[in-house]
Amino acid sequence: MITGRRAAVFSGWPVSAMAGLGIVVALVLAALLAPLISPGNPLDLASFNLADSEIPPRWVQGGDPRFLLGTDNQGRDMLSAILYGLRVSLLIGLGAVLAAATIGICLGLAAGYIGGRVDAAIMRFGDVILSFPTILLALLVAGLARALIPDSADPRLATLILIAAIAVHDWVQYARTVRAATMVESARDYVKAARVIGFSQPRIMFRHILPNVMSPVLVIATIHLAGAVLTEATLSFLGVGMPPTYPSLGTLIRIGNEFVFSGVWWIALFPALTLVILVLAVNLLGDFLRDRFNPKLRARQ
Amino acid sequence: MLRVLLSRLFQAVLVMLAVTAVAFVIFRYVGDPVRSMSREDSTVEERAELRAVLGIDDPVLVQYGRFVTRAITGELGISYRNQRPVVGLIAERLPATLELVLVATILSLGVGIPLGIHCALRPEGWLARLIQSLTLIGVSTPTFVTGIVLILVFAVTLKWLPSFGRGEVVQLGWWSTGFLTASGWRSLVLPAVTLSLFQLTLIMRLVRSEMLDVLSSDYIRYARARGLPAGHIHYKLALRNALMPVITVTGLQIGSLIAFAIVTETVFQWPGMGLLFIQAVSFVDLPVMSAYLLFVGLIFVTINMAVDIVYALVDPRLRSA
Repeated sequence: MITGRRAAVFSGWPVSAMAGLGIVVALVLAALLAPLISPGNPLDLASFNLADSEIPPRWVQGGDPRFLLGTDNQGRDMLSAILYGLRVSLLIGLGAVLAAATIGICLGLAAGYIGGRVDAAIMRFGDVILSFPTILLALLVAGLARALIPDSADPRLATLILIAAIAVHDWVQYARTVRAATMVESARDYVKAARVIGFSQPRIMFRHILPNVMSPVLVIATIHLAGAVLTEATLSFLGVGMPPTYPSLGTLIRIGNEFVFSGVWWIALFPALTLVILVLAVNLLGDFLRDRFNPKLRARQ
Repeated sequence: MLRVLLSRLFQAVLVMLAVTAVAFVIFRYVGDPVRSMSREDSTVEERAELRAVLGIDDPVLVQYGRFVTRAITGELGISYRNQRPVVGLIAERLPATLELVLVATILSLGVGIPLGIHCALRPEGWLARLIQSLTLIGVSTPTFVTGIVLILVFAVTLKWLPSFGRGEVVQLGWWSTGFLTASGWRSLVLPAVTLSLFQLTLIMRLVRSEMLDVLSSDYIRYARARGLPAGHIHYKLALRNALMPVITVTGLQIGSLIAFAIVTETVFQWPGMGLLFIQAVSFVDLPVMSAYLLFVGLIFVTINMAVDIVYALVDPRLRSA
């Protein structure tokens, strides 16, 4: 019975979307299980030895069987570092999408349902934000947070700062989409009926309208996840993201970049490859979902 | 027409006010300029003197007003790190970034348009499919990874091209150009390719979808029915109409390219505004951060407004809207 249902869900999926989904699931599992499956703990400074630094991958001459993908400049096993880095990257990506979607949904519902000045204020504010590219705004927020908050290198704080820096820009698209859908729904009979019964505004917005405007939000969220992971990696690469003691994929690439010139290519290349595969898989999935559930979005882009 | 112009102008002023407010807050309230500018062992008197010079004890609105007036006259403070006027620093770095953005734009148009045309004319061909798949990989690869891979291949392994800096530059007045020396051009190749890739995929996709739209329109069908040669139909009739939005997007993208140049400039240590900004961020050099924001904001707002106005001039349907 389960196989029957699964077949129905996946019927008509192109190979690319299936592959995307498969890779995303595999990478998420690898990230979740990192403490169990990774050979070492890259966060435990005592567990690695400086004498093991810059060992090439196992299959290259000079490789060490203990380190499949080689080690970084501190003797950290690259495979473990990548698995843990993937965890950090995914956590921040998902966190940013969640934060942006939550803010965007609330403001979009308010703008679409209340209308008038509230609508104008929210949407003009969104326009101003959208007139700057994500990366510039994110750099600014992350940079300012570092200036304002003394211990911003604390990994938990750095994670939150990165999530905020990415969400600052990304909420606008959710708000726009939800607003448009809310305006359509507000004119429907069930909303009028709810109003006549005398339900409170928040109750109508969140209990009645929200479920009916969620499907485009989910599509945007998938597409934004790829962008959020990329933005986080870029910020960390530029040195305003995760600290080297608690690296994300971007931080690992930043560290590796310093060694590229001396021919030590594996520190930068393997995290970069992981990042590209992750983003590519999410993009494959996102493109497919967009075409399938929301053809209108495609026309607009 | 006048109404369109005025409303656009109003919106632009609004955005610029928001940007100046943010820049002012950064300039004045983030961190402590006095502590960042004075030595560790400075006396209380020395600090008080510095406060007076910087005008930090005046009311907020007075300070904001002074900030805006100074910004308009091009006085944006002194860099904490370099102890030099910020405007001079930016003017020095501006040519490097603009030359990089210019070459990247030409590259992305020169390669993106033909590829897009090909994909639209032969959507089922093997080359079109290959290009489409490569585009997806291109979109999923962050700029800095592209840059690192190019450095690894062309600079470290093959040793064909330099991997950092601008090479020799020639001073033309205040503008320093890398266009006049061989080493300048060689240094430009890798950063320009890196920066152009993102825009290239965008332009390619856009040309392809616009061409496909135009090719299925009635007037192209009539032209075919009349028996006009295919080349004439594709390049004289269809392409022209498909290129209009491409011009708009290219214009709008110049602002984004300047922002994206931050990453490219970091990878290639290209001495442009982006590198200046990222160094300012890591050293918490607030005057430079706020000036960069103002400058890029101005570029963005100007480009957006210009594109809108040009559109209103070109397309009569938009004038009354």
